[in-house]
Parts: sequence; structure tokens; C-alpha cells
Amino acid sequence: MKEPILRVTNLSKKFGGVKAVDGISFDLEEKALLGIIGPNGSGKTTLVNLITGFVRPDSGKVFFKGREITRFMPYRIVNSGIARTFQMVRPLYKLPTFKNLIVPLYSPRVKKLRGGKYGERDEVAVDLLEEVGFERDSFVPYKVASTLPHGYLKRLELARCLAVRPDLIILDELFSGMSLSEVASTLPIIEKIKEEGKTLIMIEHRLRELFRIVDRVLVLNFGKKIDEGSPQEIKNNEEVKKAYLGTEVV
Amino acid sequence: MVLSILIYGGLNSIILALIALGFSLTIGISGVANLAHGGFYVFAGLLTWMLFDSLGLPYFIAILLSVVATGLLGALMYWVVLLRVRGIVLSEVIATLAIGIAILEFFRWKGFVHYYGLPYFVEGSIEIAGVTIDYHRLSIIGIGLLLMFLLWLFTHHTKIGLAFRAIAQEEYTSLSFGIKSDWIAMLGVAFGSALAAIAAITILPLGTISIGVGYEVLLIAMAVAVVGGLGSTLGTLVASLILGYAQVITATFLAPHWMMVVYLVAIIVVLAIKPSGLLGKFKELEERV
Amino acid sequence: MVSYRRERLDRGIKARCNGIFALSSYREILYLLLPRAIPVVFLLILPLLKGVVGLYWEKVLVITCIIAFLSLSWDLLASVGLVSLGQALFFGIGAYFVAFLDNTLGWPPLFTIPLATLTGAFFSAFLLSPIVRLRGIYFAMITLALPLLFARIIEATGILGGTEGLTGLSPLPNIWIEFYMPIIGLIVCLFGFRRLINTDYGVVLQGLRDSDRTVMAGGINIYWYKIQVVFISALAGTFIGAFSTHYYQFVGMSAFAIDLSILPLTSAILGGVGTFAGATLGAFILVPMSEIFRAFGTLRVVFYCIILVVFVVALPEGIFHYLQRKYHQFERVVTVGTKE
Repeated sequence: MKEPILRVTNLSKKFGGVKAVDGISFDLEEKALLGIIGPNGSGKTTLVNLITGFVRPDSGKVFFKGREITRFMPYRIVNSGIARTFQMVRPLYKLPTFKNLIVPLYSPRVKKLRGGKYGERDEVAVDLLEEVGFERDSFVPYKVASTLPHGYLKRLELARCLAVRPDLIILDELFSGMSLSEVASTLPIIEKIKEEGKTLIMIEHRLRELFRIVDRVLVLNFGKKIDEGSPQEIKNNEEVKKAYLGTEVV
Repeated sequence: MVLSILIYGGLNSIILALIALGFSLTIGISGVANLAHGGFYVFAGLLTWMLFDSLGLPYFIAILLSVVATGLLGALMYWVVLLRVRGIVLSEVIATLAIGIAILEFFRWKGFVHYYGLPYFVEGSIEIAGVTIDYHRLSIIGIGLLLMFLLWLFTHHTKIGLAFRAIAQEEYTSLSFGIKSDWIAMLGVAFGSALAAIAAITILPLGTISIGVGYEVLLIAMAVAVVGGLGSTLGTLVASLILGYAQVITATFLAPHWMMVVYLVAIIVVLAIKPSGLLGKFKELEERV
Repeated sequence: MVSYRRERLDRGIKARCNGIFALSSYREILYLLLPRAIPVVFLLILPLLKGVVGLYWEKVLVITCIIAFLSLSWDLLASVGLVSLGQALFFGIGAYFVAFLDNTLGWPPLFTIPLATLTGAFFSAFLLSPIVRLRGIYFAMITLALPLLFARIIEATGILGGTEGLTGLSPLPNIWIEFYMPIIGLIVCLFGFRRLINTDYGVVLQGLRDSDRTVMAGGINIYWYKIQVVFISALAGTFIGAFSTHYYQFVGMSAFAIDLSILPLTSAILGGVGTFAGATLGAFILVPMSEIFRAFGTLRVVFYCIILVVFVVALPEGIFHYLQRKYHQFERVVTVGTKE
């Protein structure tokens, strides 16, 4: 069996008195699409922060492509091939939208993959924006980022991830705040990314859309993993229902 | 000799702590580094002197008025200036520094250079086991310890004090509890300024009031805060002890003029080993960035 | 109900200057060229007016250049999100390094100045490197504290000349170098920094100012980049510090004076943060004014501080942003809604 692209063993993190992540372990196959779900506060974002280096774990290890990346700085992890979006979007507000992508295009990883100076980053940036759904001939890519509506900013986040040419992309609630039509137009983009051979992790609350495209689902509650399996198995799990809806309703 | 070092080291530490306490409190509660601390210190000293000497008010009244006036000055600074630039580090820092320097240089221009001195609280001295120490210096130690105790009581056992700690820990949550963060932040600045005044009145009698003292006080406050950790009162105490004793030991065994180097060395060492200060909370990257 | 709205639009000529069209006619070329050419020509001519305005004002010119250099240095740091309250740090380090080289090794000024500039910048970057990881407030406090500390240590321990300073240091070879070194350096620095901030590297730097986390998530080692910027910024400061030691043939504790930190700060804020041209403009306004009002002594410092507070709180735009806006855009009032 092939080595999993991502292996997480026994990750834990405490903030003050709260155990945000409590001994979570899982493996992720290459080119798979994993969904991570769970009620608010179950530790999903903290788990992503731990994997991507933005928060230091108290214990546990993270392996990417066989190498341990547990306490690496975030930029080092990005350069190894993991890109992530942020729930709280914070683009470079004062710059035009496409200039936002200059930053990831300037990273060592991209420089190495493209082999030195390769021409206008501006061009590549606009191309990337087109890939995530910005209309090419419109003026939107040239608008200052602070003037963009939320849906566009979320797509900019996705473009930012793609710019780094990652092997694994972690989308932290990409669909939150998006209208149904925006979600509908973004889903095919994600499917295309998966077809191109990238591995994906998606944290989502919008389960209907999520269950349509994921291969496997991981369920968290109170920092612990309470279930893992195919979407069908998860849907029928009593404990998952209890976690989301509370014991009374079930 | 050991006893002398012990006592004078302790005295020096309390002095440093008194100076730094107001600065540390303000940054811990309001999140604002009050770089006008030195200016407020000299302001309080000069105001007390003017009330006492020129207007002939009883010393106790002069002290009271000065402390209140400095506190009000701090609150005013917050309300007029800082409120409008809250959160923008660039503007906050420049504004407070500008105000502090404006105060100091204004007094320098007016001619209050270095002739004025504040009187001792109590005259006379006493001998403890062969070491002579005057009553005023003893009272400094007493006042310092008392102040720290009162401060601890205040922040742990009164409503406003608890509000201070709440805002310092987690502002948004405190807001949802009905704690008016702007108001509390203003009180924080006022308190810090008043503490600067108290420190000034207690310590200035040891020398004369000069403008250079203002810059030195700012330097001390910043050094103690950096070494001890911004916003941590315990850190301020520990840093004061370390710096205070280090200074006295350096002065005794090397020469008095090396005391300044202690600050530099301490800052460099702390920055190299634990940049957020000895007791500073090393914030996780996500919160830090 | 009719109401009015004020809107700003780019001027026609600005729109016509996009890309290659900037070369389409003399009008467009001049529109772009003049704002840059005029100051350069002005600066280059100034030293030649020595005979007209007298030696005193020529000396003021040198002081202006010093402050302008420190303002540019400050502005670069501000463009990355680092607020420096102690430009005097770079100046003093450069000044003392070159004095040391001159005093103990006796090398010629045209050699010691570049050497002191480089070593001074390395030293400054090294000194400040642990702090770039911390919150912005630390950078502000440490840059404020270090010059004060250094000054007091020199005073207390008497090293490097102590309170009297070091005198009788080598002068610069001739008077034209004395004037044109800072002026040409200033022009290079000003246009160089402006060019830098517009490259892709500069976009990354601006990103650091806007959102550290986003840049980090783009795979960039933000701390290393910040240290690089400190180094570049220090180069400007140490250079002019080294120059001024040879110009005045003297170095003393005043090299770390707080005026050298406040005046550049005020110039940059007055002129407009982030534009570099604004910082230079601010210096060229404040320093001559400061000389005119010399009689007021230290009240001038109070005045600078008041300007600082007013601009920081109420007019963050600064002069140059305003001028730039006026040059590129025009305003008009538009009616909104229909007449009843």
C-alpha cells in the first residue's frame, strides 16, 4: 500500500484550561478528498493550525510525504507543499487583487519549481485568478482588495493556495459566507483541482455540498475524533448526529 | 558590606519597580505603551514643587493634587488622542512619545532645568546593623511594597480591578459582558499616569528635578518592561529585582558609571534568550502575527 | 430628492499615460517626467548657489540632507510595518564606526565612509534581528531605548571620546564632494527606494505591512525579509552618519540625540508615510523652517511634537499624498437622484 501523503499521530493542544485538540490521529491518502466536520469549537481550525505550523502542538507528530514537519515554521511547511486558506480572510487590503498573488509567487517553492526567473508574475497572477472564477476581461482583478465582496475574497484565498503549486490544500470553511450560486460555481473548480492530482482537506459546515464530493469524512467533537469513514457511514452514525444536534433531539 | 548591598540593592529595586509599575499597568490593561511616562513623571514633580513652593500649599495637599492632576492628564490624553487611533500601533506609539517629549521640552524651554528639589517625607536616618539608611529611603521601600500590595488587592478583589484583568486578557469577550473597554482602557492610562506621579513624588526627593530625569525614567520603564515581559506585573517585579541588584553590585565592585551598561546587557541577553521577556507570555504565532 | 456626491476621477492625461502610451506625445512625457525631473535638477543646482545665499544656508542644506536620509530610512521601515522611534541609532552607529576607523586606522575618508556604512548596517541589523519576531511595539521601544542607552554609556564610561567626543578627524577631500555626496546619495536613495517598493520584492514588503500572516502563508520567511529591510534602511542611516562625521570632523554623544529621531519622524509623517518623496519633502520643509525659527530654541521641538500628534490623529494622509492626489485626480460634484 502506498505511503499516506499526510500522517497525523496523537496531536494535542491545550489553550489555558481548554483541550482544543485531544490526541487526534489519522492518515490521508494521496489524491484523496478528506472532509473534516464537527460542531463549532470542536477543534477543526486548531487541528489545521497544528498541521500547518501556525500553532505549536503540546504533543504528537505530523508527517508529510514521509518527512516529519511537526514543529516547522509555517513558511517552511508551505514550501514543502501544503497550502491552506483562512477562515478569517485577511487579504493584502491596500494592494490590487492580482498583486496579492505576487507574494506566494515570490516564494522559494515557486522559484524552484519554475526554475529561476520566468517572466511576468503579473501575468501568472491574472491567469490564476481566472482559474478560480474571476472573469478575465473584467476589471475586477485590478481593483484594490479592500473593495472586493466576500465571495471574491474567498476565491482569492483559493487562488493564493494554488499559486504556491501545493501538493496538499487545506480549505478551512471556504464556503462560509458564500451564496448558493457562488458555492455552485466554486465546486467544479475544486473538482478540477482534485482531478489534477492534488490532495485536499476541506473543513465545512455545509454538509450537503461537502458530502457530494468527498471520499472520506473525519468527525471531531470536543477536540477528539469521534468517527471516520465514508460519507454514507457518517450520515448514519448516531453519535455524529448527537454531536451536531444535541441529545434531546436525537 | 553584604548587608549594605542587600539593603541598597533592595532599595534600588523598589525604585525601579515604582517607576516601571505605571508603565507596565498601562500597557497590560489598555494595550498602549505610554511613552509619555517620563513626561508625566517630571510633570508631577514640577507641579508638586510649584504648588508647594510657589503657592505655599501644605505638602500633603500638593501631593494629592499632583497625583490627581497627572491621572487626569493621562485620561485626557487617552480621550483626546488615543481613542481616535486605538489599535493602530504606529499612531499610538508616535502620539504618546510626541506628547511626552512635548511636555519635557516645554519645561526645558521654560527654564525648569535643574534647581528644584522636593523635600523628604521625614528627615533623619537610622542605623541597621552597621548600615546607615535615612528614613526617606526606608519610606520608599515601605511605600513601594504597600503600593504593590494594594495594586494586587485592587486587581484581584474589586470590580474595576477585575474588569482591568478581563480587558487585558480578552477584550472582545469582556465587551460582551458589558464591560466598557474604552472606559476601562482610559482608566488604565489614568491609573498608570497617577502611579507615575506617585513614583515621582516618592523618588525625586533623592535628587533634583531635571529634564534628563524624564528621559531616564522612560528608559528605565522600557528596560524593566522588556526584561520582565510587557504587561506582566510579576514580571515587572522580578525584572526590577534583577536589574536593581545587578546595578548595585556593579556599582560596588566595578564603578558607579557602569550601572547604565547593566540595562543594555540585560536587554540584549533577554532579547537573545527569551525575547518576550522573562515572564512574558510567548504568544502562539496565530495570535502573534 | 436631489442630493450631491463628490467623486474623484483620474485626470484624462493620467489615463492616457497607461503603459506604452506614456510615450505617445510630449504632453504625456512631460506630465510624467517633470515631477521627477524638477526636484532632481533643483537639488543638483542648490550647492552651486553657494555664492548667492551664503555659506550658512549651504550648511543648512547639508543638515536637511541628513534629516532627509533618516526620513527615507524611516519610511522604508514603515513600509514594512516596522515603526522606528530611533533613527539616531543608525546615524550614531555610522558616525562612531567611521570615527573609530579614522582615529585608529587613519584610512582616507572615501574609503572609511563606505566601510563604516556597510559594517554599521550589518551591526544594526544584527542588533535588531531578534526583535523583528515580536510585536511591533517592541521594535518601537527598543529603537527608542538603544540610542538613549548608547549615549549614556558613552557618557558614563568615557569610551570613544566620552562627553567631549572625538575631534580633529579627517575632512573630506574637497568642497564639491562635501556637497554632492549627500545630494547625489539622496537622489539615489529616494528614487532607489521608490523603485524598490514597486518591484515584486516591494510588493512582498508591502504585504508584510498589511498582513504578516497572509505573507507567511504564502511561503515567505517574513522574519528574514524584515531583517533585510532593516539592513537596507540602516545603510541609509549609517551612510549619512559616517558622512556627517567627516563633514563636521567631529563625533560626540549628540550623534545619538533624540532630535535625530524626532525630526525625521515628523518629516515623514508631515510629508506622507509610504511615499518616500513625502519624507524628503517634509525634511525640506521642516529643517529650513527650523533654522529660521532658531531663536525659539527648544520650543521648536515642542512644535514638532504638536505637528506629529495633529497629523497622526487628524491628517494621516500627509502633504505628499494630497499633492499626488491633486495632480492625478480631479474632483467634481455629481447630483444623485432625480429632481422632483
